[in-house]
Amino acid sequence: MSDHEYTPKSNFGKWFNDRLPLLTLANHLTDYPTPKNLNYWWTFGGILTFCLVTQIVTGLVLAMHYIAHADMAFDSVEHIMRDVNYGWLIRYIHANGASMFFLAVYIHIFRSLFYGSYKAPREIIWIIGIIIYLLMMAAAFMGYVLPWGQMSFWGATVITNLFSAIPLVGEGIVTWLWGGYSVDNPTLTRFFTLHYLIPFLILGLVVLHIWALHVPGNNNPIGIDVKKPSKDTVPFHPYIVIKDAFALLMFMIVFAFFVFYTPNILGHADNYIEANPLVTPAHIVPEWYLLPFYAILRSVPDKLLGVIAMLSAIFILAALPWLDTSKIRSAVFRPIYRQFYWILVADVLILGYVGAMPAEGLYLLIARVATAYYFLHFLVILPILGFKERTLPIPLSITEPVLGGSSNLAAVRDDSRLEKLK
Amino acid sequence: MKKFLKLFFYILFLIPFLPQVYAAEKVEYLTTDWSFKGLFGKFDRSALQRGYHVYTEVCSSCHSMKYLSYRNLAQEGGPEFTEAEAKAIAASFEVTDGPNSDGEMFTRPGKLSDKFVMPYENVKAAQAANGGAYPPDMSVLVKARGGGVDYIYSLLQGYEDPPAGVTLDDGVYYNKYMYGNKIKMANQLSDGLIEYSDGTKATVEQMSKDVTTFLMWAAEPHLESRHKMGFKAIVYLIILTILVYFSMKRIWSRIETKV
Repeated sequence: MSDHEYTPKSNFGKWFNDRLPLLTLANHLTDYPTPKNLNYWWTFGGILTFCLVTQIVTGLVLAMHYIAHADMAFDSVEHIMRDVNYGWLIRYIHANGASMFFLAVYIHIFRSLFYGSYKAPREIIWIIGIIIYLLMMAAAFMGYVLPWGQMSFWGATVITNLFSAIPLVGEGIVTWLWGGYSVDNPTLTRFFTLHYLIPFLILGLVVLHIWALHVPGNNNPIGIDVKKPSKDTVPFHPYIVIKDAFALLMFMIVFAFFVFYTPNILGHADNYIEANPLVTPAHIVPEWYLLPFYAILRSVPDKLLGVIAMLSAIFILAALPWLDTSKIRSAVFRPIYRQFYWILVADVLILGYVGAMPAEGLYLLIARVATAYYFLHFLVILPILGFKERTLPIPLSITEPVLGGSSNLAAVRDDSRLEKLK
Repeated sequence: MKKFLKLFFYILFLIPFLPQVYAAEKVEYLTTDWSFKGLFGKFDRSALQRGYHVYTEVCSSCHSMKYLSYRNLAQEGGPEFTEAEAKAIAASFEVTDGPNSDGEMFTRPGKLSDKFVMPYENVKAAQAANGGAYPPDMSVLVKARGGGVDYIYSLLQGYEDPPAGVTLDDGVYYNKYMYGNKIKMANQLSDGLIEYSDGTKATVEQMSKDVTTFLMWAAEPHLESRHKMGFKAIVYLIILTILVYFSMKRIWSRIETKV
């Protein structure tokens, strides 16, 4: 945070700001010194805020017309699609908005992975981010249940049944979650309640996420600490605001294309069949953004171990700041890590692909290899790489991108450690 | 090598978006020149009206369409029957209403506000009349099947004699596009089955195309306004993006960094 005192110009402003320093906050947000070399991968924070607000606003309108009852939910969704003014538009924005939200969050997460944004002093930002991501998955899953189609019902059955893997109390927990002996009306009403609640929890965490970000300031593509404010930084407004706006508009064009021209392509056709507890769909598939984790779950033959593997795959991310032992943040100066990074990206995409396929034969084999590699990357490759990798010299500042003769402390420390290892 | 890797990633990124990924078994469906596809796709009014004709004459004896009302037939973007025509269509159906002041149910001619009359009282009755198979409600059928319109269009024309070695139970038919090839609906369409009022020749292909168009509209009644609005929205966004791009260039020109 900037240390200089801000005083409003008008008397009323002074009077108000002494009592509630909103103007100081606004001044901090506009003046906030931001590294001037941020690339477009840094615009996804703003895009994600837009996604969250869009989901909340469209969700509120949908909730005015939706009926959370097992006998009426499907009908009420069709009512929204047909008879509510622009109901089709609002529902398609909300349904595709979830996919866009995840698309953006995956880019945001993988940006962090590439530029080492999770490293000290930004561990808390990262961990809050992981909690937000977990809550997003919970919200998306419960939201997918609400239309009460076949995939809603059977997806809910499969996912809630995972809890039955817990020894001794598992069955009891599942009954408690369902509010009965199968997924039914009580399950739907509680999922609706939670689906309504979670976005506001996310909103609160987003405030903390941004607050925590504003303490050390943004990381940047070079990954070095920048002095703030200095010639390496620009004020958030107007420089970053206009750039975020430009990127957001590009994102909105893609978003609009999905909403207006292929609104159902990311969903599953079976979800337009009303839920029927007596008919199981041929393949139960979650939404695309959950597929990598679904693949990990299915690649382990034991149910309990599968659930543990799936959860570990997410929670392992929270430990990332300590698993990655390298002092250099940006992959730009880590030639070996950079290659492993792209292998990880490919690995996750492959997991997503096999997650959509039946868990048999070659697909299962690929899923197992990819799952093993996923854990190998975080538990073995990253910790060792931090010690072994010979990193490139890093520049002193953003305005001085000359790579010769690094005297940066972090790099020196890293090199001396390399010497010791020899 | 780098180029190859890049290409490989682009392809990988696209995979989750391909609908085929979700369809486990791939069958080549028949297709035709659907008027409602594409950026400016619109329904062919006369195809919709003919499709409605096929639906009432053929499908509606078993398949319900519970989310549609007779008023929808006169709605903009639909078959656009005149209001008088839609009223006449509604009035040709007997609707059960009530209870009246004596507590009795009674029947009356349909009104525009009535939902499409259902062929059976309930699902059980429908199953009982169809050898245990429930003829699915057709309101969102096109969206509820993996292949969409092409699947329905193909299925209607996909009846053939079973290949050697396939034995069929009584009341089960062979269809090469049906999942598992066995279907409980008999072939319904034959050339000249109905007579179109606009003089179009009622071939199986023509009727399949018309009724599938009608079903597409039934599932997506606002498709036309969606396409219209989508075009405007995207053009607006593109223009705004260009303007914001130049403003950004202008603002960032004050400092020595490329955006």
